[in-house]
Amino acid sequence: MKAEATMEAIVLPDSGDTAWMLISTGLVVLMIPGLALFYGGMVRVKSVLNMMMMSFGALAIVFVLWIAFGFSMVFGESVGDLGLIGDIRQFTFLKGLDNPSAMIGTIPAAVFIAFQGIFAAITVALISGSIADRAKFGAWMVFAGIWATLVYFPVAHWVFAFDDFVAKTGGWIANDLGALDFAGGTAVHINAGAAGLALAFILGKRVGFGKVPMRPHSLPLVMLGAALLWFGWFGFNAGSAIASNGTAGLALLNTIGATTAAVLAWLLVEKLRDGHATSLGAASGVVAGLVAITPACAFVGASGALLIGAVAGGLCALSVGLKFMLGYDDSLDVVAVHLVGGIVGTIMIGFVGVDVGLFNGGGTEQLVKQIIGAAAVLFYSFVATLIIGKLVDLTIGFRITENQELTGIDIAIHAEPAYELSDNSQGNVYEFSRGQ
Amino acid sequence: MKLITAIIKPFKLDDVKNALQSAGITGMTVSEASGFGRQGGHTEVYRGAEYTVDLIPKVRLEVLVDDKDADAIVDVIVKVASTGSIGDGKVWTSPIDQVIRVRTGERGSEAI
Repeated sequence: MKAEATMEAIVLPDSGDTAWMLISTGLVVLMIPGLALFYGGMVRVKSVLNMMMMSFGALAIVFVLWIAFGFSMVFGESVGDLGLIGDIRQFTFLKGLDNPSAMIGTIPAAVFIAFQGIFAAITVALISGSIADRAKFGAWMVFAGIWATLVYFPVAHWVFAFDDFVAKTGGWIANDLGALDFAGGTAVHINAGAAGLALAFILGKRVGFGKVPMRPHSLPLVMLGAALLWFGWFGFNAGSAIASNGTAGLALLNTIGATTAAVLAWLLVEKLRDGHATSLGAASGVVAGLVAITPACAFVGASGALLIGAVAGGLCALSVGLKFMLGYDDSLDVVAVHLVGGIVGTIMIGFVGVDVGLFNGGGTEQLVKQIIGAAAVLFYSFVATLIIGKLVDLTIGFRITENQELTGIDIAIHAEPAYELSDNSQGNVYEFSRGQ
Repeated sequence: MKLITAIIKPFKLDDVKNALQSAGITGMTVSEASGFGRQGGHTEVYRGAEYTVDLIPKVRLEVLVDDKDADAIVDVIVKVASTGSIGDGKVWTSPIDQVIRVRTGERGSEAI
């Protein structure tokens, strides 16, 4: 043991890889405010802060849990070699890893841990879009912690824990099944999308859903948020190479190609269906393209990326109408963008993946693996979220009252409005008004 | 004294304002308003959902005038604000008891 520790201590990090992963970690952290702005701009003026708080709150609770036991559950030795969950005891509070000399791959363990921890936080934050305007903040925070623990950590273990990387045995999707998911089409987007669908059922529709227009209160915020997400996504996708190399470069290129194709496709669908190409459509197209290329960015060529982006942009744009037809209030289209986009990207690897795709030198073998991986995550996340959401609702209550919702959740729950647009006096500070 | 209130199409505001200034008006109050009249609402499709929009944006313009000027000013507004299509708006007048200029305390026609 002693000798081993000394051996590890003299392994030096690759400075190029480390520099890129430090930057990538910063980039993925930027996705949290990016998502908060993307979602915050899309809600009505009375729920902006609550929407943004759900993203910030998710980051706070999930990253603390990540340090406590999340990392261990994802990257610890697979319990019983089953590939279902990592050993929670192995790296509890990051023991043995929170020092400058601990290494994972070619980079310091600390950097890898921080990078992967933000993935967990973003996945949880994504879900919040389906329950805009109506969830108790405390209940959301409780849900976020439980969901990260029971859904994200296991699923991330299935998908992201490769054998002999951090621990000897990893997750079943990555190693036994062999489904390809470079940066989280299944673990992040299908996972969050299926959970969003389940939570929309648990919380029910907003007051007035389908009757009164609920248009975005600030599209510049939505576009700024989409732009920040895109920028941060370079860390998410190209950073998932965990190295500064050609794989990262290809991932970065495809993260632009697919996204631009998705914007074109989304706007085309809107123009044909609604008569207008909207800024909300452009921003949503950006995110749909980013989502779809996430699992595929290192496994496809440039034309494959364009195709994935175009299919995702078109299908996601068509899917936003589903909630009105089927009657679930997925407020900000988490299902249409993340579930549909995640499925498109994951499954299309089976068609256009270099050397493995049906249209690109492979057979149907990889396609079947991709479908199994996607279906497993979708099913597990949906069912587990229904149960967790229902339990939260039955115990502490998930939803604010109708009056609070009509007043606006920002004022009712957080005691502040997003925009104080007038300096006209609304009262006096209590002590001053008493002459103190 | 009369208060003239006009509800007009927003894009007509500049024309009406300039015409009223040319007609000798020394002050007016403009606010954004929304509502419906005979024009009613219309349907819009946005992000895959069809909405009826009942309240349409308009501009409300208020001018205080002497009784003798009221008809002429109303005519100016109606002439300039008209496009001939539905939704051009409405103009009405109401009698005013008293007007006071805050700075000087002048009352009545002097204060207009």
